[in-house]
Amino acid sequence: MRRGLRIARVLLSTQYALMLEYRAEIALWSLSGVVPLLMLGLWSQSEAGQALGLGATGLSRYFLAAFVVRQFTVVWVIHAFEEDALQGRLSPLLLQPLQPLWRYVAAHLAEQLTRLPFLAAIVAVVMLVHPQAAWWPSPGALLLTALFTWLGFAVNFLLQTSITMLCFWSERASALDRLLFFPYLALSGLLAPLEAFPPGVRSLALATPFAYQVAIPARLLAGEPVAIGPALAVLGAWLALLLPLCLILWRAGVRRYGAMGA
Amino acid sequence: MGRYFRTLRRFWGMALASEVEYRFNLLIELVAVVANLASSLFVLSLFFGDGHRLGGWSWPAALVVLGVHQLLDGLTITLLQPNLTRIVSHVQEGTLDFVLLKPIDSQFWLSCRTISPWGLPPMLAGLAVIGWAAQRAGAPADPTTLVIAGLMLLCSAVILYSLWFLIAASSIWFVKIWNATEVLRTLLTAGRYPISAYPPGLRLLLTVVLPIAFLTSVPAEAILGRATASWLVASGALALMCLLISRWFWRFALRSYTSASS
Repeated sequence: MRRGLRIARVLLSTQYALMLEYRAEIALWSLSGVVPLLMLGLWSQSEAGQALGLGATGLSRYFLAAFVVRQFTVVWVIHAFEEDALQGRLSPLLLQPLQPLWRYVAAHLAEQLTRLPFLAAIVAVVMLVHPQAAWWPSPGALLLTALFTWLGFAVNFLLQTSITMLCFWSERASALDRLLFFPYLALSGLLAPLEAFPPGVRSLALATPFAYQVAIPARLLAGEPVAIGPALAVLGAWLALLLPLCLILWRAGVRRYGAMGA
Repeated sequence: MGRYFRTLRRFWGMALASEVEYRFNLLIELVAVVANLASSLFVLSLFFGDGHRLGGWSWPAALVVLGVHQLLDGLTITLLQPNLTRIVSHVQEGTLDFVLLKPIDSQFWLSCRTISPWGLPPMLAGLAVIGWAAQRAGAPADPTTLVIAGLMLLCSAVILYSLWFLIAASSIWFVKIWNATEVLRTLLTAGRYPISAYPPGLRLLLTVVLPIAFLTSVPAEAILGRATASWLVASGALALMCLLISRWFWRFALRSYTSASS
């Protein structure tokens, strides 16, 4: 237990130092997440947006919350892992007495920490332009948002890791990951609030992991009603499915791994 | 001039031959085109329930905008992305020296060195959407409209190229810049929707600062036969200006290029 904590602390602090080196890049990444804010412009102007019954403040809060939440559920493990596997950098990691995937988890958490200042700056700018959108979520809502954002991140990480494991078999696994991006765009709630979906699509979205990346935590943060029980059940089911899948694929993949030139 | 065409044929023949090696990718790319189109159509359709309009555009007219966006996306995948994202690694590894020593214009070499066939499916899909939607929207199919529409599409392609090139060329100073092209791609998704659907502030930003209006909305107006002379002239002038700026910028950037080892 103590050993685990020490490893976690060292991993996180080294990864954080590494990420700070790339802060300019990470600032750009945060900036590339502004799509929800563009969509806020579209929805608040459109007839369809007014018919949703959320009101101008409701829409602004939802999309601002979606922007914030999304910064913490983005996963890029496949790109990092693919490069490491193709260039043989995975080999020394396999020798260490620590499951190498933890290193990627730490890198993600450290990167999220690095994003915080940029995130705060962008939110502050939006608040200045749109002062009527400002709100202060209750402590309970904040806690629930944190919990659901973290669970959404975990499910997303495991989902992408399962595909990442295909790197052991193919050189272009990241091409497969692109296929997940389109249902994500349509169903996550990044481009449209759940209220805008036809009822059938809405239930479909709530059964997939995608709605839990953006829509559900964003609704919690914006103070909109969320059915907590069913949401936890769906997330739990996905975790129970994806975690063993990842581990099985990892074992099978490492056995196949020949490293570069071996 | 003939020399440039001959070189181009060699370059592209070679690139296609090496891409065909990855046949499994063809399947993935075809699925990706369908998924991409389906998800953008779905999100766009959310704005048009109950006979709503978006920024004064009807459903088929807005589809033309989406089709133009798809077409430009295809162009990006075919030509811009494979070539221009490589400038960064040329700068990092010092191989830009070899490019500069070749007896051919360096901007031409860097912009046209390779081609990816995977942009063709999205381009065809974009053309199909434009054709179908333009007919539904009652666009005139006379030669004048077609010529003007073709010219406007050409202008938007030139503007898009110049934007990409400007960002890619700035890697001479900032070395790690490929994230900036990712930001550009994200911001360009704003072009999926007609410019008049955005609130005034954003509209100004997307017309003057980042000319997304000229990329999709203006050509779409031309396709629908609604283009006014002033927009056509503005679009042509902007395209010419962007191209000249990109040319000038490249010369300027090269002046501060000091090669990898010096």
